[in-house]
Amino acid sequence: MMSQENEGQAAGQQANVWPLWEVFVRSSRGLSHVHAGSLHAPDAEMALRNARDLYTRRNEGVSIWVVPSEAIMASDPDAKGSFFESPQGKDYRHATYYTKSEGVKHL
Amino acid sequence: MAAAPLQSVPAPRPEDQDASVSPETRAGQAYFDRIIADDSRIEPKDWMPEAYRKTLTRQISQHAHSEIIGMQPEANWITRAPSLKRKSILMAKVQDEAGHGLYLYSAAETLGTPRDVLNQQLLDGKAKYSSIFNYPARSWADMGAIGWLVDGAAIANQVPLCRASYGPYGRAMVRICKEESFHQRQGFEILLELSHGTPEQKEMAQDAVNRFYAPALMMFGPPDDDSPNSKQSMAWNIKRFSNDELRQRFVGMIAEQVKVLGLTLPDPELRFDEETGKWIHMELDWQEFKDVIAGRGPCNAQRLARRREAHANGAWVREAARAYAGKQREKQMQKAGAA
Repeated sequence: MMSQENEGQAAGQQANVWPLWEVFVRSSRGLSHVHAGSLHAPDAEMALRNARDLYTRRNEGVSIWVVPSEAIMASDPDAKGSFFESPQGKDYRHATYYTKSEGVKHL
Repeated sequence: MAAAPLQSVPAPRPEDQDASVSPETRAGQAYFDRIIADDSRIEPKDWMPEAYRKTLTRQISQHAHSEIIGMQPEANWITRAPSLKRKSILMAKVQDEAGHGLYLYSAAETLGTPRDVLNQQLLDGKAKYSSIFNYPARSWADMGAIGWLVDGAAIANQVPLCRASYGPYGRAMVRICKEESFHQRQGFEILLELSHGTPEQKEMAQDAVNRFYAPALMMFGPPDDDSPNSKQSMAWNIKRFSNDELRQRFVGMIAEQVKVLGLTLPDPELRFDEETGKWIHMELDWQEFKDVIAGRGPCNAQRLARRREAHANGAWVREAARAYAGKQREKQMQKAGAA
């Protein structure tokens, strides 16, 4: 199963096409890098520069990651039922499951 | 895309048992229908009907082409903008249009058609783009009218698209809408300064509004009874409101805003209808709209020729960047080999 990114990559392997990169931007110190979008660039350095021009024209970031799209492994959307099955029915993993302590302070 | 049977998909009803449709397609369709019914989002790897994929690819790429062609009428004024500040603002705006085009090409690509193929369709004159960019920008006031009316109409059209059922399209639209509001305000400001300037400046502003009013209203697309694809797009939650609905809403907004400018809209029939709660505007020249879309507008040939020229002139940059990347890769491999 090809991922979204790999579909783009397959197209990107045509002779004249630059590879596809996924861009992640950290909006300010202390926060995670978040996926912002994708772009085409001939190499990692150009991908970073293009990402700066494309995704941080208004101070949206203090740090950028670029990752070749083909390097991303994605879970299969058709298998989401079974793949994410395990937590289902395990409400006891959430604090809200435990109700007897209601009214007790600082708990 | 092969789909494993989905757990929660109901068993097909007997009437759905069309022998020509595979069980995978049927399961995929049921899954897709449920997501649309829940007003949730379709993501790139989900099963989707071919027609949905095709409609979106066409719509998103046309939208991307419009952003790219839309750089031209404004870029044309950068050297003649009346001050350094105005030049800087205009450059930022043109840069945004390029960015918007790229966000949208990225979204379109997730549907499976590579950007270069889409770009080639534009260069070959096979792809459409918004009719508005085939009108000339004759005066500095046109930069104001384009920002206020054209970007304004685009925003009215695009805000509901932020909730389009296709995830990547909606996400691109969110980003674009945020940036477009700067465009509309700067256009309004240009017109406001002109309309409060000398009589000649005010006349220039009014002339620009007069020329862009009808073409801006046409940006919402043909009337509802002549818009064959609208119904399906609304059923798929791509479109949220009809062309006429968005158009009358926009007319209502600018009818108020034009008063602040001290200008008028060139529409003798413009009024608010108390009974229906809707704005009424004049009949638009839909033959003109069709002609411009079909390539017979005032600037179609010029816009495409300019785009082809720019693409051809950039060829050496693309080639050089690729050659450089290749050399760097080779060097790194040699280094790794020597180590």
